[in-house]
Amino acid sequence: MPDSLTRAVRWDTVVGALLVVLLLLSFGTVDGFGNALNLSFLLGNTLPIALIALPMTLLVVAGEIDLSVASTAGLSGAVMGKLWNDGMAIETIIPLCLLLGVVCGLVNGLLVTRLGLPSLAVTIGTLAAYRGIAQIVLGSNAVTDFPTQYLDFAAGRIGNSFVPQAFLPFLVLLAIAVVVLHATPFGRSLFAIGASEEAARFAGIRVRWHKLILFTMTGLMASLTGIFWALHYASARYDNATGLELSVVAAVLLGGIDFDGGKGTLGGAIAGVFLLGALQNVMSLLNVSAQSQIVVTGVLLVVSVLGPRVARQISVARAGRRAASAPTS
Amino acid sequence: MTHPSDTGPAPVLALEDISKSFGAVRALRDVSLELFPGEVHALAGENGAGKSTLIKTLAGVHRPDAGRVLLDGAPVVFHGPGDARDAGIAVIYQEPTLFPDLSIAENIFMGRQPRRALGRIDHKATHTATAALMKRLGVDLDPERPARGLSIADQQIVEIAKALSFEARVLIMDEPTAALTGSEVARLFGVVRTLRDQGSAVLFISHRLEEIFEICRRVTTLRDGALIASEPLDGMTEDDLVRRMVGRDLDELYPKQDVEPGEVALSVRRLTREGVFTDVSFDVRRGEIVCLAGLVGAGRTEVARAVFGIDRWDAGTVEVDGKGLTNGAPSTAMAAGLALVPEDRRAQGLVMEMSIERNIGLTGLRTTVKAGLMDRDAERSRSLDWAVKLHVKYARIADTVSTLSGGNQQKVVLAKWLATGPKVLIVDEPTRGIDVGTKAEVHRLLGELAAEGVAVLMISSDLPEVLGMADRVLVMHEGRLAAEIPRAEATEETVMAAATGRAAA
Repeated sequence: MPDSLTRAVRWDTVVGALLVVLLLLSFGTVDGFGNALNLSFLLGNTLPIALIALPMTLLVVAGEIDLSVASTAGLSGAVMGKLWNDGMAIETIIPLCLLLGVVCGLVNGLLVTRLGLPSLAVTIGTLAAYRGIAQIVLGSNAVTDFPTQYLDFAAGRIGNSFVPQAFLPFLVLLAIAVVVLHATPFGRSLFAIGASEEAARFAGIRVRWHKLILFTMTGLMASLTGIFWALHYASARYDNATGLELSVVAAVLLGGIDFDGGKGTLGGAIAGVFLLGALQNVMSLLNVSAQSQIVVTGVLLVVSVLGPRVARQISVARAGRRAASAPTS
Repeated sequence: MTHPSDTGPAPVLALEDISKSFGAVRALRDVSLELFPGEVHALAGENGAGKSTLIKTLAGVHRPDAGRVLLDGAPVVFHGPGDARDAGIAVIYQEPTLFPDLSIAENIFMGRQPRRALGRIDHKATHTATAALMKRLGVDLDPERPARGLSIADQQIVEIAKALSFEARVLIMDEPTAALTGSEVARLFGVVRTLRDQGSAVLFISHRLEEIFEICRRVTTLRDGALIASEPLDGMTEDDLVRRMVGRDLDELYPKQDVEPGEVALSVRRLTREGVFTDVSFDVRRGEIVCLAGLVGAGRTEVARAVFGIDRWDAGTVEVDGKGLTNGAPSTAMAAGLALVPEDRRAQGLVMEMSIERNIGLTGLRTTVKAGLMDRDAERSRSLDWAVKLHVKYARIADTVSTLSGGNQQKVVLAKWLATGPKVLIVDEPTRGIDVGTKAEVHRLLGELAAEGVAVLMISSDLPEVLGMADRVLVMHEGRLAAEIPRAEATEETVMAAATGRAAA
């Protein structure tokens, strides 16, 4: 197994182990954690983070970031509510909203690739802009009367289990993302771009094109998440999903995706997502205030940037000792 | 060797039998040098002759392994650049490093501005002191002007003023004229003469021989880290100097086989990138090794980058096998059969934290694919195959390339590109910084590739390498092709003459 992978797997294992420990502790000690209703809440509330984490992982691996995702989600929900209020058919609205997400992502991507601006700055700008447009579109209205079968799908569970129905499409998307990142030339190029953009360019990889695709896909997934959010909570408001980008970035970095690009696995990122989701769920059960939960997420973000680095340094030191004792032939 | 000390004043600064090694590379061997007050002294030598190491030793950046540095006849040890500066030695580099948003005066007195009560900066005193320095140099620059927007020439003046403000008695100027226009050079020389007449010693480095003869009194020539001569320039000719710089015996074995050149594989016509290179046209035929020679900064690397599509060109055409390439598109250049082994293998040639396998695999992302997915077996066998063919020394193919030695890293870059089966191979300084054994292997490999019908374009600053390998030598000077010299007529003198802009070709 390549070194880059074994190192990442080590951190994946740490995150996976933390997730298991947290779940076991919670089942044992937190009242109400283990019942089906709570578990379905946990999964349902974590799904938006998980959905956006898929393209975000690819983006961070390629050395970029998109902080406007929550605003794109909010904007898509707001436009959906507005068009529904105006009497358009939901079958028309959803594709239009997805297209809007593509446009939002494309704007980010073009600003980054054509003008050479840093994505951190660009997407902080569009974070504010997209949210502002959402407020202009919907004002302070809340649209709640979406068609029942859509609401039921977004909030429903599979049979009598605690698993949300929307979890199945997510698994399909997860599988696609894993294949794209870890088994295609496209994914391989992303690792090269993230590790050394210049070397990637000298190897004939079309760096800007890859990044543009990523930003566009991220916009698409963010708007899909916005649609899901509005239906899941049966409420389209301009401020839907506010602050979700913090959770997504924290989860992805927690999962061992290097903020500097070039390293990480989707498995790790998803473990990070559910670790964060479980933590937020437990905190809610323990009546930790929403504000305090944000503090915890913020601290986790800092820890997750630090953690993989420490782990990597330890494994590099080990590799160094191994190399020193290995025969050089 | 003449000793002006017999007749004139004592040297202000002297090096005595200085040696310095970096690993196995002996950068300086028993080099001595004397600098006298009121003289401009030239330091001459090819790229890699040891000039930079010598400058850095004088500037306190390197500590010599052996030998002494004498200041006013007394031995001194510099523990860092600060010590050298305090001793009155200042280095003016080719590309000055000023703070663009600060004024000229603030730049000169950065960190040691005159103070008023309560530690406030005394702007008036700073201004006055700067104006006095400018007057002493005989130039007219407003002390309050921000450094941003100053020409390179003016920035150098500011650096010189800064050096004077430190009471510098020895000025080392490392290729100060490389980026200057003719009139700017004249003004700089005016400043240098003023300093000389005020009693400063100036060590002057330039690749332009006519400048050395214009401004310098004596010249010290280095070759391969050794002192060749330290002598007055009076009575010397440019040819004498060139011979001292390059007069190495060409007895190394270069395995270039005589191959009957085939069809034109790479054709570059009137290629221009504004301000970088102009009107460059040449062909490379199958089986031919064409060397692109010239001084550092002549535009050779830039031409290679544009041909491969890393940078865009403003005018001209590039064809591979008669098919035009798209401007600024490395992927189409690759598809057409072009390969570029870049100058900087760590930043451009390799993804340092990726494995050997995947680095070689990066050029196969279009070919080692099955049903849209990476064919990992094919990728691995392709990488292994080429790593073995090029005798890369590694423990495991999955090791990151950062664990390899420089020579082996270079072989991985070559493997990565040879695996694409290129029709045209451009190699930019393929043997720089690698050991002698690997260097010979690379030469043998390039010879074999040419014999197999690959068209090779090699950029090299290593003259013996150029003369040993090339069927033809193209020489660039200041962004233009200055000469095309066939193998039979290529000598160190003819190539250096063209590279330094003397109209010998």
